Amino acid sequence: MTAPLLEVRDLAVHYHTTGLFWSRPVVRAVDGVSFSIAAGETLALVGESGSGKSSVARAVLRLGPTIRGSVTFDGTELLTLAAAPLRQLRRRMQIVFQDPSSALNPRMRIGDAIAEGLEIHRLVPARDIPRRVAMLMEEVGLDPAWARKRPHELSGGQRQRVGIARALAVEPALLVCDEPVSALDVSVQAQVLRLLVELQRRRGLAYLFIAHDLGVVRQVAQRVAVMYLGRIVESGPTEAVLGDPRHPYTRALLASAPDPDAQDTAPATVLSGDPADPAAPPTGCHFHPRCPHPLKDARCHTEAPGLLTIGERAVACHHTTAA
Amino acid sequence: MTSVLEVRELRVRFPGRAAPAWPVDGVDFTLERGEMLALVGESGSGKSLTSLALLRLVPAPGTITSDSSIRLGEIDVMSLDGDALRRIRGRRIGLVMQDALGSLNPVLTIGDQLCETIRTHFPLSRSAARARAEALLAEVALPDPARRLTSYPHQLSGGQRQRVLLALALAGEPEVLIADEPTSSLDVTVQAQILALIDHLRASRGMAVLLITHDLAIVAGRADRVAVMYAGRIVETGATRTVFATPGHPYTRGLLDSLPRLRGPVRLVEPIGGSVPSPDDWPAGCRFHPRCPRRMPACTSQPPVVPVAPGHTMRCWLPRTAP
Repeated sequence: MTAPLLEVRDLAVHYHTTGLFWSRPVVRAVDGVSFSIAAGETLALVGESGSGKSSVARAVLRLGPTIRGSVTFDGTELLTLAAAPLRQLRRRMQIVFQDPSSALNPRMRIGDAIAEGLEIHRLVPARDIPRRVAMLMEEVGLDPAWARKRPHELSGGQRQRVGIARALAVEPALLVCDEPVSALDVSVQAQVLRLLVELQRRRGLAYLFIAHDLGVVRQVAQRVAVMYLGRIVESGPTEAVLGDPRHPYTRALLASAPDPDAQDTAPATVLSGDPADPAAPPTGCHFHPRCPHPLKDARCHTEAPGLLTIGERAVACHHTTAA
Repeated sequence: MTSVLEVRELRVRFPGRAAPAWPVDGVDFTLERGEMLALVGESGSGKSLTSLALLRLVPAPGTITSDSSIRLGEIDVMSLDGDALRRIRGRRIGLVMQDALGSLNPVLTIGDQLCETIRTHFPLSRSAARARAEALLAEVALPDPARRLTSYPHQLSGGQRQRVLLALALAGEPEVLIADEPTSSLDVTVQAQILALIDHLRASRGMAVLLITHDLAIVAGRADRVAVMYAGRIVETGATRTVFATPGHPYTRGLLDSLPRLRGPVRLVEPIGGSVPSPDDWPAGCRFHPRCPRRMPACTSQPPVVPVAPGHTMRCWLPRTAP
């Protein structure tokens, strides 16, 4: 087996927020998360708001603070890397944001926005840049004649294509996609999903795909990790996890997901309560106050369950057996 | 059948620099007592403007054209003005919108806001209004309603605020509830709670619900009927089950094929090409024809409304053959 492209071990991200008059408790946004992604593979990180999925994405690119843990990319430890080699490595890991309108400079022509990375990393001679930009625009389904347009002249879907072209310009091996289709209309979302799938096939890209929509995850990800309040509660091959969820939270998430094939409303497993506050997470298993599991007991209140590995899958629940 | 709401030829006109725009252009539908009708469309389809028009709340400089007809039971909403309109808003038609934080006054308690609304509609003493407010919070299943009366909006979670908004919309005991993207800013597990609550209220109060959404997936198995809007017009309408199983209009088919599915084998989504046109630039004839995979010469003139099956119609030139 070859070494993974990206390996994250025991990652923790804490935010210290200060109030007006007193300091507030530390927010443990990510609390001991481990996963790996092979070259050309997609791992989806799924969770609701406050689960820490976006903090993981930022920490992996060293765009956010990290308290402990290790992130290795192609064998190099990122968290302790000096600025210059980090800049070199960042060329190979790029990010696509949720909201393409705020991720693009409104005053920059889109051709220049796409060319920026090429210039910074001096990847092609200056005279070849316009030709390379045109090729990238074609690759993501944009008319190269639009290179002189500015972001506001484009639709949301077209802007997201610019965001993708910009990321691809520097020939990355890993693309971190932070909810890349959530802000798009469904017909346009489908266009961008297809584009991401095709680009992966063509270029052998690996994706760390942050999402909350399980239908979208099925489209793009070979493996999925479900997060709840800073921890991974379940992970494994997408079809196995979504087809036969083991963790009570994954089950609830699946039961709550809007299903276009639903014949009638199934109110059976509507989860009560809201996701808890990451600044004051519950003791023990973070999910226990909302957990509908019939065997829930005192241990769930006091002891955080470790991830139990079952073949390719892993579940963090005191009441999951290897069966 | 008794329809509580009947809308005919609804048009909203906005003056433009060159020519006026018609973001809502000839919308017809009826809403029966106790029924849930979903008005589905992508951004720019005119669905939200339609809901505002029903309350005569179209923002200036937009106007509802005089040949539009909105009948609420025996009342001709188009002929009302001033006080008469205020007696409809909230009292006969309730409205709940997406942004729970933006719709609540941040410096008044939940109780103050509810009591104010209740006393606008009914001649009640302060203490009677307070009791009514507590009962409403209990009805929307907000935990600990008596204590919540003294809370401020920022002290509640997003899901709890959405429940408060529902209580506000119910305060006037309306027979029609317009729910405009009521769950779009919520996490899926909370979305499932709110949708189940709206369903429950509809049944317990015999209230009709007009659900405005961009998300076809939340419509399945929930709304009795669905009306699909595109570029200011309803292009297809019928029983939800029938429309999802045998969509007639190519746009509806395209939308359904764009939706990532939670069940069955994973098929890559099939997007609709192009993007949604803007109201000041609607295409002539069938407004979907530039994106339509089945367009023909006739499509450049306005298509008729034709039956697909009993109670199921579409606005399309296609011959009514089996899909």
